[in-house]
Amino acid sequence: MTPRRPLPAPVEYALIPLVNLLASLVVAAGVLALIGADPLDALGSMAEGAVGSAEAWGYTLYYATNFILTGLAVALPFHAGLFNIGGEGQATMGGLGVALVCLGFGGYSLWLVLPLAIAAAMLCGAAWAAVPAWLQARRGSHLVITTIMFNFLAAALMTYLLVDVLRVPGNGSPETRVFDPSAFLPPMDALLGLLGVPFPSTPLNISLLLALMIALLFWVLVWHTRWGYEIRAVGHSPDAARYAGISISRVILASVMLGGALAGLVAVNEVMGVHHRLFLGFSNGYGFVGIAVALMGRNHPLGIVLAAVLFGALYQGGTELAFDHPEITREIVVVVEGLVILFCGAFENAFRGPIEALFGRTGAKPA
Amino acid sequence: MVGGTTSEPSIPTPMAVSLRGITKRFGPVLANDDVSFDVARGTIHGIIGENGAGKSTVMSILYGLTASDGGEILIDGRTVTIARSADAIGLGIGMVHQHFMLVDSFSVLENLVLGVEGGWRLSRGLDTARARVTALTRTYGLELDLDALVGDLPVGLRQRVEILKALYRGAHTLVLDEPTGVLTPDEADQLFEILRTLRAEGKTVLLITHKLREIMAVTDRVTVMRAGRVVAEVATADTSREALAVLMVGRALAPLPGKREIAGGPAVLATEGLSVTDAAGIRRVDDLTLSIRAGEIVGIAGVSGNGQSELLAALAGTLPIAGGRVMWRGQPWPSGLGPRDRRRQGLAHIPEDRLRMGLIGAFHAYESAILGYQDDPDYSAGPLLRTGRICDETRRRMSDYDVRPADVDLRSALFSGGNQQKLISAREMERAPAALLVGQPTRGVDIGAIDFIHRRLIALRDRGTAILLVSVELEEILALADRILVMVDGRVVGEVSRADATEQALGLLMAGVRDVAA
Repeated sequence: MTPRRPLPAPVEYALIPLVNLLASLVVAAGVLALIGADPLDALGSMAEGAVGSAEAWGYTLYYATNFILTGLAVALPFHAGLFNIGGEGQATMGGLGVALVCLGFGGYSLWLVLPLAIAAAMLCGAAWAAVPAWLQARRGSHLVITTIMFNFLAAALMTYLLVDVLRVPGNGSPETRVFDPSAFLPPMDALLGLLGVPFPSTPLNISLLLALMIALLFWVLVWHTRWGYEIRAVGHSPDAARYAGISISRVILASVMLGGALAGLVAVNEVMGVHHRLFLGFSNGYGFVGIAVALMGRNHPLGIVLAAVLFGALYQGGTELAFDHPEITREIVVVVEGLVILFCGAFENAFRGPIEALFGRTGAKPA
Repeated sequence: MVGGTTSEPSIPTPMAVSLRGITKRFGPVLANDDVSFDVARGTIHGIIGENGAGKSTVMSILYGLTASDGGEILIDGRTVTIARSADAIGLGIGMVHQHFMLVDSFSVLENLVLGVEGGWRLSRGLDTARARVTALTRTYGLELDLDALVGDLPVGLRQRVEILKALYRGAHTLVLDEPTGVLTPDEADQLFEILRTLRAEGKTVLLITHKLREIMAVTDRVTVMRAGRVVAEVATADTSREALAVLMVGRALAPLPGKREIAGGPAVLATEGLSVTDAAGIRRVDDLTLSIRAGEIVGIAGVSGNGQSELLAALAGTLPIAGGRVMWRGQPWPSGLGPRDRRRQGLAHIPEDRLRMGLIGAFHAYESAILGYQDDPDYSAGPLLRTGRICDETRRRMSDYDVRPADVDLRSALFSGGNQQKLISAREMERAPAALLVGQPTRGVDIGAIDFIHRRLIALRDRGTAILLVSVELEEILALADRILVMVDGRVVGEVSRADATEQALGLLMAGVRDVAA
């Protein structure tokens, strides 16, 4: 292993992602031209739809809230050297926790319900991550495999619960009843309205603030606590961690479960903040996108917040694009989004060599 | 005496390898600064220098593993471009790496043809290869069982496989990078015999080493490097170990302080019938009993891989023990006691593999400087680490131990080996531990730092620490240890007091000849 001399932070965290993003847009424009759409017009309408108005921002940030949480859920175990692919299932189970609290405590003050719902979401997410974590820590079963399997288990369990247990009798669709309005999270427009700032009505709610707060706590935890030190030690060098007397299995268990807890919080935004009921498939792939968000954000909370906003913009802009341009089908929108993920995630180092050469930092230390 | 800093007037025979003004820069470090020397065909040419002097860099440029920033390479008098190792192989250059590049689960023959199997039918390629290899082994006296699995071979024979591999690819010039690091003195002598045979057959050998003994034993000429430059090139017959040492270090080193008589303090750390098995279930430490008293250095000599690493790991608490017990101040330690608790009771550990265990390459220096002590109450306020205080302390230690650059924020991997080792030594020694485990404290460390670390170890001993020193460098053991135990196959095969110890006697014990030293 030849250590890389770190690039200056603005290059590492801003220039490289930006170059990647531009490259993906160039290719996306090519794809759009191929199907006969005007690339500039299409990408323009996508940008307009994502960030062109206060309402667009509302939607973009609402999606970003989910991506911050699922991105952090991937990043935390990543610092311990583990890849948590189970965000989707963990978010789904978080929904169960939130729904049970909101259904059970409907009518009480939000000051009671919200902390309980947050705790329940984290607890359920963590519990769902616990089995794969335990298998990895004690039996060496690969976390990637087990967390993927647990995504399917979560979906199956939720189908059973929503069809056979939690469904409102007589209702044809697999969903719970709508919660008591006291258990609705205040939307952002209401909050900003209190401060005298007009904001259109969008799904954006106060869980964005929760997600940002958690991103800050994440930073403190990973880089400024003993516990984060141990996580990073295990992630960089299990041998050195063992030498230092760090219990590797404990770090695995704790970091993966906490990752699951963060993914579970998606339900606070979706179930409690937007839909006010639990229904099948509310997690909508947010857990998987979290993987790309964490990759692109380089597992740093600031990077993750920025990447989450970008992905939120893609989601929202893509929806607008499909709406504005009937000739561009939903599938092409997914292709465009996929290209961004491809360049910013999978090819994240494609332009690193030239950029490093530009900054003269290709050197390894002398042998 | 030592010749000048220039080579002799050009010799009429064409040079197998000539380097002209090779320069290589890694970030702020000039690893090779205008390096030029000639290697005559059919000679054994030594390149000696401390770690970090740039020997390995210049060789990896010659072998196409690193691109130089300037200068040119001539092979047989012609200027060549070597962009990748395939170019080097094509030019008849073969490399025997310090760490063998062999597939353990393949036979010797399969390893030899790896990459040049010749067509899609393996069996045909193997048959042709067998004939050619047999001819090669006869010519060069490299006897080997071609059907043995490489994983079953002792280290000395694996090295032969590497040499054969290079010859099989048509090498005229062989580069050996620190080839004796893993060999017993006896195996090393056998290697030198092989090198002489190669020379007799007209091959050229480039021997990179930091061991003066090897240069004196086998080379015809020697190039001395220091801090990226060639500081001398001389005929071996015209120089001496002492003169070369001064050239390598750039100054004469004062002798280490004399040894104190052993005070005979109480045993601090001891084992009784200790046995350790590795992950594969192989017994690595076998019924081993030893004790280390306060104020003495007990040296464990032995060829690497004879259970020393497992002994250290078992004492440190990172490897479970299979039998026997570890005693601390006369009381047995419970077998499950982890490294954290052992450290708290006063057992410090300078691990033998500093990059894998001693520090974390990606961590800032100040983070690596508390590895193992991360839950010391001095370092934390509640759950938070007191980064400011940790940095201050690290800064103090860096200046105490002369760590360069004294930058607490630099990533640990970017320090040179010697400075990494000083950083680790500071961490483990500064608490005046009751006992200290030391594994290969100066492996890959430059002579200046070796001297520094040795003095610190002696000072620590004089303050009453019980020190267990494991080293494959006999010179180091002889210079530091008050008592020397020789380990072979997980057992102590002999104990020698420092007064009676000689390199020869220890070498025989290490090679498994028991009766001689008794």
